[in-house]
Amino acid sequence: MKSEHTVLAAEALLQDSPATTPGVPHAVLQGVTRKFGKAGSVFHALGPIDLTLYQGEFFSVVGPSGCGKSTLLDTLSGLASPSDGTVQFENREVKGVPDGVGVVFQEDASFPWLNVRDNISFTLRMRGMEGAEIKRRVDYALAFMGLKDFATAYPAQLSGGMRQRVCIARTLVQQPRLILLDEPFGALDQQTRLLMGDELLRLWRETGATVLLITHALDEAAMLSDRVGVMSSRPGLFIDIVETGWPRDRDSRVVSTPRFGEVNARLWERLRVESLKVMGASHG
Amino acid sequence: MAEASSAPTSAASPARRSAHQLDGLVRIAVVIVLIGLVELLCRSGLIQPTTMIAPSAMAQHAWEILREGKFDKDIAISLANIGAATVLAVILGFICGLLLHALPGLRSAIEPLLASYYAVPTFIFYPVFIVLFGVGSAPIIAIAVLLAIVTMITATLNGLDRIPRALHKTARVLRLTPWQSAVRVKLPAALPYLFTGVKLVVAYAFIGVIASEFILSGSGIGYAIGYAYNNFENNDMYALMFLVLASVTLVNLLLNALDRRLQARLRR
Repeated sequence: MKSEHTVLAAEALLQDSPATTPGVPHAVLQGVTRKFGKAGSVFHALGPIDLTLYQGEFFSVVGPSGCGKSTLLDTLSGLASPSDGTVQFENREVKGVPDGVGVVFQEDASFPWLNVRDNISFTLRMRGMEGAEIKRRVDYALAFMGLKDFATAYPAQLSGGMRQRVCIARTLVQQPRLILLDEPFGALDQQTRLLMGDELLRLWRETGATVLLITHALDEAAMLSDRVGVMSSRPGLFIDIVETGWPRDRDSRVVSTPRFGEVNARLWERLRVESLKVMGASHG
Repeated sequence: MAEASSAPTSAASPARRSAHQLDGLVRIAVVIVLIGLVELLCRSGLIQPTTMIAPSAMAQHAWEILREGKFDKDIAISLANIGAATVLAVILGFICGLLLHALPGLRSAIEPLLASYYAVPTFIFYPVFIVLFGVGSAPIIAIAVLLAIVTMITATLNGLDRIPRALHKTARVLRLTPWQSAVRVKLPAALPYLFTGVKLVVAYAFIGVIASEFILSGSGIGYAIGYAYNNFENNDMYALMFLVLASVTLVNLLLNALDRRLQARLRR
């Protein structure tokens, strides 16, 4: 049961800080589709999608299972090329993973043969960065992600949540301008997800990066985002984009506000029909 | 940072560790009982010394052989051949595995041959290797490599197949060069499987070298065992067999210990 104090604190937070207003386009998808297979048996996974991510915004994508959310992320990150349409990042067409883009996956992608410090510094070492600068960035990331005491531990000695933090820290030290997260907290318990959500918001605020989060958790999307895109069942299209109106200086306490309930309800209203379609299809 | 599940997890649960220790103790007990039984049968005269000498006598004679240096040259030749065969089979098998993994078309054509490879009696190629490499260690090493290489190819393919998709994607996201991706991500990720291949290669190298020397050579431990057998020198024969068994066991224990450490660290 929420205390009155918590609700008041959350509402005060909403009143004190101005809402983020999107401005400069950072990543732009125009008419993007993804199709698999050959002529005769084409699997239409995604699109056509038109989407603009604005500089410094936090955008989440929700949608029913198999609607192409991860395909969208792969296309935006340059891991996959669109079948039609164009993807632009910082006014340049995306061909391969561009510099300035960091991706965190749902699966554990930490390197089990390296300790936490070496995992985080891996990319910087591969790029031949100077040792002192590597140390500075890694020390900051370790402290920021609460991993300072585990710098010499190996991933096998860490919990799922901490391994995911290692992956986020590895992305953070690259100082990406666009961070793409593919259900990064999907394997974590609810409490850890909420806390990791707060960490993510802190990271987003401090780095000023644009963030795109793929998630199946409506409350996570509603809590974290400036805007939430709702996707239809396959082939995935945006059927609604919901503006949450949260201030930039927010945290998980926004879940205590009436606005959170409204956003959540609207997301579910749009998603319910699409999820039923998927269930109907799977039932026959 | 107050994350409920943030405490480091232990490498293995105490229950699993004690079950593992119990397995080890049972294994050692079975071996000791069997050796004891053979010792008893030999000491009681149920097994004649002309057939087999007692394990304790084997160990004692083996120690004397090592102390006197009677077979030092043969032992050195065999160990050198085994070492060379192991290194060659590991390197060549790994390279072949990499190539087959990179060329799926070739792989699908070759894989059925690999699966039925051990139906081929490798030793029939000895005359071919004599023609190719001459008499000496080279044809023996070639036989052992031929015997061992497929396990390394299979282990390499298996290891590369099992690299998690997230690591492949991570290598691309981190914009690694193909070389960095192969050496810094794929190789260490596949290492536990490669190491399993290395363990099998060592076993096959022992078999290939000792068996080749036994049948086809004029030097080495295998030859010395054959010579002792033909001349009814049971003490030498069994002592050398004991040394081979002891060496294989020791090497396996070392490799298993390394493997356990590797698996514990690389477990996902």
